[in-house]
Amino acid sequence: MKRLSWFNAVSLTLGFAFLYIPMVILVIFSFNESKLVTVWAGFSTKWYGELMQNEAFLNAAWVTIKVAVFSSTIATVLGTIAAYVLVRGGRFMGRTLFSGMIYAPLVMPEVITGLSLLLLFIGIGLDRGVFTIVLAHTTFAMCYVSVVVSSRLVTFDRSLEEAALDLGCSASEAFRLVTLPIIAPAVISGWLLAFTLSLDDLVIASFTSGPSATTLPIKIFSAVRLGVSPEINALSTIMIAIVTVGVITASLVTKRQVAKQKREEMEAVRN
Amino acid sequence: MIHFQNVTKRYGDFTAIDDLTIGIYEKEFYALLGPSGCGKTTLMRMLAGFETPSEGTIHLAGQDIAPVPPNKRAVNMMFQSYALFPHLSVWENIAFGLKREKMPKHDINDRVEEMLRLTRLEQFARRKPHQISGGQRQRVALARSLAKHPKLLLLDEPLGALDKKLRQETQFELMDIQEKTGTTFVIVTHDQEEAMTVASRVAVMDHGKIIQVATPDRIYETPNSVYVADFIGDVNLIEGTAKPNGSDSYAMSWHEGHEPLAVQSPNGFSDGQKCQLAIRPEKVSISAVKPETADNAVQGKILDIAYLGNISTYHVELPTGAVIKAQAANTRRIARRAFTWEDTVWLSWTATAGVLLAD
Repeated sequence: MKRLSWFNAVSLTLGFAFLYIPMVILVIFSFNESKLVTVWAGFSTKWYGELMQNEAFLNAAWVTIKVAVFSSTIATVLGTIAAYVLVRGGRFMGRTLFSGMIYAPLVMPEVITGLSLLLLFIGIGLDRGVFTIVLAHTTFAMCYVSVVVSSRLVTFDRSLEEAALDLGCSASEAFRLVTLPIIAPAVISGWLLAFTLSLDDLVIASFTSGPSATTLPIKIFSAVRLGVSPEINALSTIMIAIVTVGVITASLVTKRQVAKQKREEMEAVRN
Repeated sequence: MIHFQNVTKRYGDFTAIDDLTIGIYEKEFYALLGPSGCGKTTLMRMLAGFETPSEGTIHLAGQDIAPVPPNKRAVNMMFQSYALFPHLSVWENIAFGLKREKMPKHDINDRVEEMLRLTRLEQFARRKPHQISGGQRQRVALARSLAKHPKLLLLDEPLGALDKKLRQETQFELMDIQEKTGTTFVIVTHDQEEAMTVASRVAVMDHGKIIQVATPDRIYETPNSVYVADFIGDVNLIEGTAKPNGSDSYAMSWHEGHEPLAVQSPNGFSDGQKCQLAIRPEKVSISAVKPETADNAVQGKILDIAYLGNISTYHVELPTGAVIKAQAANTRRIARRAFTWEDTVWLSWTATAGVLLAD
């Protein structure tokens, strides 16, 4: 291992400190005995225990997960279809317009997306609740999915689909048996992206949620306005842990897959 | 078995196939040969069903195939990129088409085993496409496209991705497999050597038109146009005017003060018509003194010698300034070579060695 020069070492330390000190403080204080967030009074896990007793938080967590699963799944299906049509549909009328418009929600301020959805739901007289949050999250997550999937489809060798047709598949069989398995990694990462976005979202959810359904970010936000409690710290620590485990697992899996493929290709060349 | 009747294919303003009428026989190995962009791939994709003709009809075994989608045609295609399914093993790739036919399971097993044997891939059946070499992938693609017993197999530049040695071996394998299975093969290639080796008939294409269809030897020996003569192999072209002097026999005057060249040619020419004599380098003999019996003999000076090991090609400049290539087999060692640069030599050929072509 090469030693870093002092300049590089310092900038690396500062950079990571800037990124991670706030989170580290949060994690440390989640194990604080005291009720006061800023005063250390010894190690304890009692806030985690109390968190498990808190109905409101547990409900919100359940709602959040439900919304994230449903909306990311629907968004993945719709986004994949949209990507497929835009990449493969040939030059139909308004194709350029559509492919431009699919990017628009990515840069649209969330407040505006949320507000316009709110107006829509009021306009058609839809009661706000889990269903409306799912709809809202589907709307904006779908664009992310379609961007991820279409970038994979662009590099997809079209003759694979033609080969499937040539060997007796109907168009839908060709998609199901050949295209989908091959682009599956992109579809899965699209789903994960949509899931995370839905999990994190505060702004759009607060516009489209009703009194019957509150997501975790809304719950945390409103709780913090009444003062930061060690319970919130504990909850946030759990979320950080889940995200960290997820990210590490995903990157390990991809890394191992790439290594395996490389090894097999080397073997093929040797034979 | 296949019949194209006045088929035209246009993409916007561009005409890829221009009013083309050809027939392909059963059990034939038919090569479509031409430079890139000549329409050969379009022609093949129309047979596979990925393109539809703008005008005209295509009949396969008496049936108009225009309304038949690709997945319902008794035609299979081997793609240039092989298009093997990366997520399936070699075995599953070959079985893919059979499973779509809802063939009983043990029949699928038998058929796949048979194809693996035919293409000598038995020990690779469980591997994924990225775990085998380029030559093996090519054979998997062939096995997969043959598995469904197609009436017609289309091969799109099947050997393009292989290196030269492997390509030559594979050409013979292809011919072997074609004979064993008795399937009609149509191959698209821009490699004239490949077309000549494998095909029983070669169709030379240019700009969406078929220029000539004939057996490889006839394409080579009696091309019907300067384009074909030039595209296939090496050729010398001598310009002149024709003067008939008997049935299929002409005296071609080519340069003032030189004797006209005697040519036997099946293509008809009128008196005084401009024409070109096409003659292959290996049919031109080179000698130090004027041969007594030759039908045609011209004198020239050696400009260049290309030594290719088994043969040498001599570039000889004629008094007209034209350069004629003559090939001679190197039956003796190079140190004993008879001619060298700047030597004055005689080139000679018989009346039937060349062919007269319209300008």
